[in-house]
Amino acid sequence: MKISNLVCRLLATSVATAALFAAPAAAADKPIRIGLVSFLSGPAAGPFGVPARIAAEAIVESLNAGTAPAPYNAIGFSGVPIELVIIDEAGGATKQVAEFRNLVERQQVDFVIGYISSGDCLAIPPVAEELKKLTVLFDCGTPRVFEEGTYKYVFRTRPHATMDAVAGARYLLDTRPDLASYAGINQNYAWGQDSWNDWTAVMSVLRPKAEIVTSQMPKFGAGQYGAEISALMQSRPDVIHSSLWGGDLEAFMLQSTPRGLFRRSGLLLIAGEPNLHRLVGNIPDGTIVGARGPHGVFAPKSALNDWLRSIYRARTGLDPNYPAYSAAQAFLGLKAAYEKARLDKVRNATPMGAAEGVKEGMEEAYKMPSTDEVIAAFEYLTFDGPSGKVMMKLGKGHQAVQGTAYGTTRTVGGQIKIENIKYYPVEQVQPPEGMSSIDWIKGGLKPGKW
Amino acid sequence: MTQLVAVLIDGLIYSSWLFIMAIGLTLIYGVMKILNIAHGSLFALGAYTAASLAGYWFEQGYPAMGSYAVMLVSAVLVGIIAGPLLERGLLRFMYGRDEIVLVLVTYATFLILEDFIKLVWGVDPYFLYQPYGLLGSFDIADLTYPNYNLLLLAIAVAIGAVLAWALTRTRQGKILIAVIHDREMAASQGVNVSRVYFVTFTLGAMLGALGGALTAPMISVQPGIGAETIVLAFAVVVIGGLGSLPGAALAALLVGIVRAATVHFRPELDLFSIYFVMAAVLIVRPKGLFSTQEARKI
Repeated sequence: MKISNLVCRLLATSVATAALFAAPAAAADKPIRIGLVSFLSGPAAGPFGVPARIAAEAIVESLNAGTAPAPYNAIGFSGVPIELVIIDEAGGATKQVAEFRNLVERQQVDFVIGYISSGDCLAIPPVAEELKKLTVLFDCGTPRVFEEGTYKYVFRTRPHATMDAVAGARYLLDTRPDLASYAGINQNYAWGQDSWNDWTAVMSVLRPKAEIVTSQMPKFGAGQYGAEISALMQSRPDVIHSSLWGGDLEAFMLQSTPRGLFRRSGLLLIAGEPNLHRLVGNIPDGTIVGARGPHGVFAPKSALNDWLRSIYRARTGLDPNYPAYSAAQAFLGLKAAYEKARLDKVRNATPMGAAEGVKEGMEEAYKMPSTDEVIAAFEYLTFDGPSGKVMMKLGKGHQAVQGTAYGTTRTVGGQIKIENIKYYPVEQVQPPEGMSSIDWIKGGLKPGKW
Repeated sequence: MTQLVAVLIDGLIYSSWLFIMAIGLTLIYGVMKILNIAHGSLFALGAYTAASLAGYWFEQGYPAMGSYAVMLVSAVLVGIIAGPLLERGLLRFMYGRDEIVLVLVTYATFLILEDFIKLVWGVDPYFLYQPYGLLGSFDIADLTYPNYNLLLLAIAVAIGAVLAWALTRTRQGKILIAVIHDREMAASQGVNVSRVYFVTFTLGAMLGALGGALTAPMISVQPGIGAETIVLAFAVVVIGGLGSLPGAALAALLVGIVRAATVHFRPELDLFSIYFVMAAVLIVRPKGLFSTQEARKI
């Protein structure tokens, strides 16, 4: 390539790239419509759905104003503002499938970000494939989405739930090397059963001699835990594993703390982080808590973390919990993929590269990227989130991985602090590509190559 | 042995809670033949009102023991406002219609009230945990129980005893029984049936709200608690025989003990325990434990 050609090409690329971010909405008049699906009613709304919605609204407002930190400081997505269409996730998978079709066919959204319930996350992907709509699952945990299926249009920007049990057990055994027995109290539906099964499988590998003294399985929304607490107290485990969440977790804590359950046994809460600020006075010091990723109180200091905390605090007066971080990761991941796709288009259509039709080449370059182009940019993408690097490395580039963290609670001055935080890298808590979680656990949790 | 004692105590405590949940529902059905699905919402309204008013009480630093009175007042307030509103404003226009129509009407009311609760209180949970631990605790069978559980037990017994006495020993109670047996005949004898219905529904609403107010210190008060409660209360009322007070008491006791035994000995079957009792009873007595023979009208 001649020097003059190279200079010309570099110049053209620079001009195009600058124009890409400097001229908002030059190539599109209408905003990018994103369907946001989150629990706005029902038990999951308070701890999960509403914080995620608040975070999403704050993030979209900040992105549209161009006030997010680099590399997300371009307005909206590539200069085009974002518009949210918000849907309540309550009502079950059948209703959500209908709502998804409605979002795509009637509301004409460009992308869908959503789903906290694992049931919904298993029901939506086949429909997203059928309707060819790029969908980002932002919070649900079941590893089955990409371990049992392959999807082109579906991404998940949050690690799956296998790390809950693996990192939790590693932390427990790091901090309680003398552990001899454990018990469980988990809700009797898919999430609680999966969580307990993962936990017992991991413990059978990491501490095979530890005895399971009881496994309590109250129904979802039981509300009354008197008998379960008695059974746990009489079985005297060293630690109690629990994936209770939301109101069930809070009711369990309110009823068990006055009875002195935690004077006999330690407690490990897989999904307790979103409820922490409400449990002041009702959670014992030393409770082990995780957040499926280094989110919330575990998030390391960074400009993005400070930004998320400030815009969330401005709306609620509270620090964001992990569902808020999950929502942030979904929006920032999609934005990163979208803008990478657009940049790739511009780079591939420089004047010299399209010498026969410079005008046509540039016009093509300034078009918004197609769904296929965004998908191509999203696969195997690594992007920055408020809790650190997020790598789309599982599920053929569609499933995010991150390390995670666990810590223990201590109430100081009416606030719950997390102490003794330990971070676990990806290879210690996530199975490698091509291996199911349960096979990885049963195979001895051997670290994969990342 | 200690496990058996624990089963008995846990069962009794759960039974008393169940009975308080179900008593308003069974009273309204017994007198008015209305299966009041909105009972779940009245429970939730009682819980929210108690959490708000007693929460305010604690915030102001008033004597903690007064919170129990505030909870009681909350239940009365909900009862005397929501009860008459629903009965006079809606249900009285439906009297004489098929029972299934009334089920649908109260179900619609339940849905409306669920949204009303969200509008007023939002979706964030409310806490009123202080009264649960305020009365101290007692130790038995290697276990510790808050005395609040004894309060629940005492209130359940008191409600059952007062209602039984009022129905059988007072003039108003006998009038009520007359209305239960034959509404038209009672009306022809000069009984103001409309007034009896009004009072009964208001009392039933108050009992529903009392259930919510007494439950609030043990739970996170949040949207959806009414739906969970109505399912349990309905199961108890069906097992006992629709509209039967002694039936509801026995059913609550049966369900409570069976559930506690399941949790202690076969926890994986807990989800099924209440429906097992229901199925077993209904196979033997399809209309519940205390169902009465109904005269066929020609």
